[in-house]
Amino acid sequence: MTALSGEMLVAGKGTGTILRVDHALSFWGGVDPKTARITDPRHPRHNECLTGRVVALAELRGSSSSSAVLLELIHAKIAPAAILLRDTDAILALGALVAREMGYGDLAMLKMSRDDFALLVEGRHAHVEGPRVVLD
Amino acid sequence: MEVMDLSPDERRIAEGAEGPAKAMSMRLVAETGRLLGAPRLLTVASAHVDGCLYHGDSGTHFAERLAADRGRVAVPTTLNVGALDMLHPDRVKGDAHHREMAGRMMRAYEQLGCRPTWTCAPYQAGHRPALGTDVAWGESNAVAFCNSVLGARTNRYGDFLDIACALVGRAPDYGLHRKENRRATVIVDTSGLSPALRDADVFYPVLGTWLGAVIGSEIAAITGLPPGQNEDRLKALGAAAASAGAVGLFHVVGSTPEAPTLAAATQGGTARTIRLTPEMIRAARDRLSTASEGAIDCIALGSPHFSEGEMSELRRLAAGRRFRMPVYVCTRRDLVEKSDLSDLEDAGAVIVADTCVVVTPILPDTGGTLMTNSGKFAHYGPANLGYDVVYGSLADCVETAVEGRLLRAEALWR
Repeated sequence: MTALSGEMLVAGKGTGTILRVDHALSFWGGVDPKTARITDPRHPRHNECLTGRVVALAELRGSSSSSAVLLELIHAKIAPAAILLRDTDAILALGALVAREMGYGDLAMLKMSRDDFALLVEGRHAHVEGPRVVLD
Repeated sequence: MEVMDLSPDERRIAEGAEGPAKAMSMRLVAETGRLLGAPRLLTVASAHVDGCLYHGDSGTHFAERLAADRGRVAVPTTLNVGALDMLHPDRVKGDAHHREMAGRMMRAYEQLGCRPTWTCAPYQAGHRPALGTDVAWGESNAVAFCNSVLGARTNRYGDFLDIACALVGRAPDYGLHRKENRRATVIVDTSGLSPALRDADVFYPVLGTWLGAVIGSEIAAITGLPPGQNEDRLKALGAAAASAGAVGLFHVVGSTPEAPTLAAATQGGTARTIRLTPEMIRAARDRLSTASEGAIDCIALGSPHFSEGEMSELRRLAAGRRFRMPVYVCTRRDLVEKSDLSDLEDAGAVIVADTCVVVTPILPDTGGTLMTNSGKFAHYGPANLGYDVVYGSLADCVETAVEGRLLRAEALWR
């Protein structure tokens, strides 16, 4: 078991297996808001589904509508269990902040250090609560 | 909220003194400021809102909540595209639910006092904040243009934060609002490319694609381009850069207002240099296409929305000939309302206003291959539409449409 700690961007808790996304992803134009799958055929994780996963996202890119796609995933109850970022992304965080304001629920979003981010390997089980990430 | 230094007035608004819509907006602005490490909020002179595009019912509910709570924008605010073409109601397919919820969302934003511009090129529809002005803009191409070409100052405000900033007239004081964060840290030298390529419209989306993919959110000063580049080229460059990466600001030495000289762009600081080679640019060009042969089913133009100049160029290239496939031309409603486009429509152009072909269902859902001169359409077409894409110049697109088969000039790229 490994316990890590990140910078809390949005408070929440969630448990799931890690989906590691190293290649830059835009939620808008990259993730289907109806299915939570990665739709960009040029993305290495094309067709992976984000629902219920602890998504480790190295880099976001592109559209400022990514917040809307994340809000829609939370509203439709097909969101990731938690999102762990390598860099703060205000656009994505906003989707989770608005979800909280609208009463749709809390999605945990943390910024991890580079060293800790490297420990987030595909398929590992993770429990996220507040600023803490526990890897089994 | 306690970690952010809100003024007494801002605190009062966040606590609900001016109603629940402003309170929620102030909380969103302040909370975002907190997580970005902004010490305070600053006042903004205008806003451009991208949140009015329907992605699902949650966005409609959010806008309707603000409208029901009697929210009203505090600063002049323009609207980016919606999911419906209200000038041509039959253009957008979509099921009844999609149309209903997209329309409700658009009306809610109008109720909030936003101007119904419905364009991703608000800067060509008269919304042009002055050099150095702080504003809060959303939509990646609009942000890149606003910062780079107008020299006004905005961060990349995501959907919902854009309208929140507009309602309270404030934005977090961080990032590109601060002059010291606007200096170029990387010099992109294009002088190793042929002069003909550097002076061709078709080069600019490719350069943008390279910039977005390689430079991302760093700030580049591009050197070696002919001075005084026109706005349509800079718009195409920025749109491609902001779709391929998180580019919010770039400088083109001799063309953009914060880069009269290289030293001005770097603010006298140090910057590393990347020399572009023809191979790098060919690779970026190849990235924009997912097909290189076979039948072309349609042409998609106008991302960002076509300007008057681009419309004239299309007319000149078409030269009265008929298109053998649909040529979708996405543009601003104010341009449609004040121009006579009937000659282009007679030739087979399908004019789309208020929205565009990659954000809402307009093309036949049969799939196929589309050709475009837009880096942004090329970037989003495959994922959003399930179409293959061929990138080419506007002239290539017109010749392909007229002849009914793929024609692409290769000489410039060799």
